[in-house]
Amino acid sequence: MKEFERTFDSLYEGMQDLSFAGVRNWKELHPGAKAVAFFPVYAPMELVHAAGMLPVLLSGAGDRLDIQHADSRFGSFICSIIKTTMEMAMTGHLEPFDGLLFSSICDSARNLCFVVKRNYPQMYVDFLHLPHSTSESSVDFLDAEYRRIITELERLGGAPVRQAALNRSIELYNEQRRLVRCLYDLRAQSPHLLRAWESYVLIRSGNLMPVEAHIEVLKQALDYLPTRPGKKRDAIRVVIEGAFCEQPPLELIRLLENAGCDIVEDDLAIAQRWFTEDVPLTGDPVRALAESYVQRSVYSSVRHDFSKPRWEGLAEKVRGTRAEAVIFLIAKFCEPAYFDFVLFKKKVDEMGLPHLLLEFEEKLFTFDRLRTEVETFVESLVFD
Amino acid sequence: MAEKSASEYRGSIHQQQKELMLDWYQRLDHAAETGDPPTVSMMISGNCVELLEGFGAIPLYPEVNALQLAIRHQSLEPILAAEEMGYAGDNCAYVKADIGCMLKGITPTGGRLPKPTLVLCNFVGCNTYVKWFEHVAAFTGAPLYVLDVPFLRGDQPSQADIDYVVRQLKEVVLQIEMLTGRKFDYDRFRQSVAYSSEVEDLWSQIKHLAKYSPSPFDAYFDAITLMGPLYVYRGKREGVEFFRAALNELKEKAQAGNGIYEQERFRVVVEGPPPYPYFRTFRDMFASWSAVAVASTYSTVGGLWEFGFRHDPKCPFESVAMHMLAQNVTNRNYLQRYDQIRRYVQEWKADGVIIHFVKSCRLFSAGQGDMRDYFTKQLGVPTLYIESDLEDPRYFAEAQTKNRIDAFFESLEHAKHTAGHAVFERSR
Ligand code: SF4
Ligand code: SF4
Repeated sequence: MKEFERTFDSLYEGMQDLSFAGVRNWKELHPGAKAVAFFPVYAPMELVHAAGMLPVLLSGAGDRLDIQHADSRFGSFICSIIKTTMEMAMTGHLEPFDGLLFSSICDSARNLCFVVKRNYPQMYVDFLHLPHSTSESSVDFLDAEYRRIITELERLGGAPVRQAALNRSIELYNEQRRLVRCLYDLRAQSPHLLRAWESYVLIRSGNLMPVEAHIEVLKQALDYLPTRPGKKRDAIRVVIEGAFCEQPPLELIRLLENAGCDIVEDDLAIAQRWFTEDVPLTGDPVRALAESYVQRSVYSSVRHDFSKPRWEGLAEKVRGTRAEAVIFLIAKFCEPAYFDFVLFKKKVDEMGLPHLLLEFEEKLFTFDRLRTEVETFVESLVFD
Repeated sequence: MAEKSASEYRGSIHQQQKELMLDWYQRLDHAAETGDPPTVSMMISGNCVELLEGFGAIPLYPEVNALQLAIRHQSLEPILAAEEMGYAGDNCAYVKADIGCMLKGITPTGGRLPKPTLVLCNFVGCNTYVKWFEHVAAFTGAPLYVLDVPFLRGDQPSQADIDYVVRQLKEVVLQIEMLTGRKFDYDRFRQSVAYSSEVEDLWSQIKHLAKYSPSPFDAYFDAITLMGPLYVYRGKREGVEFFRAALNELKEKAQAGNGIYEQERFRVVVEGPPPYPYFRTFRDMFASWSAVAVASTYSTVGGLWEFGFRHDPKCPFESVAMHMLAQNVTNRNYLQRYDQIRRYVQEWKADGVIIHFVKSCRLFSAGQGDMRDYFTKQLGVPTLYIESDLEDPRYFAEAQTKNRIDAFFESLEHAKHTAGHAVFERSR
């Protein structure tokens, strides 16, 4: 138990560390090897891993970096993660990375990609177009798009990416995704054994470390947690929706739990739960990854799915976890989340479920107003 | 006041464009009544209007409706209605105005708008489009097709990009065939692509007339007037006739040395959409300095033709794909936009750049601070950065905007005096 708590503390520290010490260490241990970062939401980490590089998924800078320069590049009405990422670039925080990739999640992130590219020409900066369609042609397209990225990575790393390496990477990330699914199942069934803020730390810290190490962490957690002492409590089962990109302060997640919510499902740092099934290991690995994205992704505000409207995805999530309420946790100025809120809300209303809308910024540090809102909401449900 | 209206170009084309647009609205009204012709909702950006011609279908552009409302000072009511429903204060107000109108049954002309046969989201750069059309489809019950156009990551699209878009265009054809029971007329489509290429050639020549000093028209404000026919009638004979007349009229004016002011004092390039709710007021702020826009990025939303691209009837599908992928400002990457503006400044001989940040539109505005940095610091081009919105009247700070515009032109004037005749010569 002690051991787990110790691991947990170091994970928490690692997650907060803007100097990316873990990445720097990895590079020291692997002289000449590269590290490549992704901007959220989804990231095909396998491609970078198979190239012998360290893939890292960024999550902004929280409240740990003052915006002093980025405001002059990205003005009003732009979400915070855009600015903190730009600020990290402008203050040398991204220096451990040899590459930085963005994808087609929203217009702000896309423009940021090209602004970074102009200002940091020494870095490999690329834009990955992830399809907004689920037709067969989208698979062919994404297959080609992934191959283009692989070629760029080969150029950056100076060595070819082999099919065997890709298969091995997929296998590892499948394992990671499987363990994360187990963690979520455990949490949904026994929220008293694992609080949401804890599982969040377990997962998010994994975005910054080698997948092999993260797998060990997850295994250790899953071994230990079922034996953990913990008392069931009376709480409301809620699903959190909307914080898929910019991340709320950890304090806010704790606040929700302390106010009497069991967060049984969420879309926080969702990349590690992106696929509904394993990526198949038969056939061509690049194609398998492309096909998985197009055909077996979770519903998300940053992709269009012909086969199922997003709000049906939310409805299934709510039913599957027997949730009693939905809390929309939306980053300020996050347009994809704002838009989806309208139709999500409609669906949730139709299901007769209560909901609460909370707006946050990653750099938020006073929570009084939000606490009051949440407590009022919870009370209204308890005494209903 | 007299000077203000003098800034606006009002030749016979002005009247003609009004009639064309009215005619379009009448046909939409007819479609609402009878279901004929079929209508397809589309986005302006990189629109594939030629494809519709193959069905005798007509486009329905929610953006055109939204901007019409804003110009007529009618956008606030529907925006508020949408916010009431749950749309955020910081959602694109075009969407809110459109959805609000749908809910309240408001149309720009008072006529009816049909339920579209197909909601075709020609997703070209703007992620908001996807949401917008998902919502339109959800609220109207009309079928939706999201045409996924890969963003232009490099200078040119790859073969895989082109193939992908062509395949989807063909899927759209099948879908419209299924929905309307009409057979796609390939020859008519090809003919439409041919008309487009003619229109584009004429339009491009018009744009180049702004290189004259004085410029015979304003390539921001007047270009917007011409944009309606460009998107609705590009693939039609009427479009060719209209733009031929427009070119002749403007060419005559240019060659006679007639500008839009008695004396053109400043030439600027404008980046970003206009504040439609204060369109006239905003224009007057430039008119009072006899400043003319010689080029603008906004007028290339629907297509970028002044640098040579034309649709090609020899490969109609591929050229429609190429237009969507690479030849409109919204699907081109941000640095290509910098370059587009740089060329305008140099080749159209402008004195400065006006960056108009609109809060609704992150596609245009996210990163414009960096753009300003590029133009002022790297290129040494005088640049003015102002903020408002293209649809929501609540974000226009009139006095402040005017002060900043005045200060900008004062400093340009000052620079001209101190730099002697060098700059002045250029702007004459
Ligand atoms: S938080 Fe939302 S708006 Fe901001 S970068 Fe992420 S997806 Fe885009
Ligand atoms: S975000 Fe911009 S480009 Fe997109 S719909 Fe709104 S105004 Fe148009």
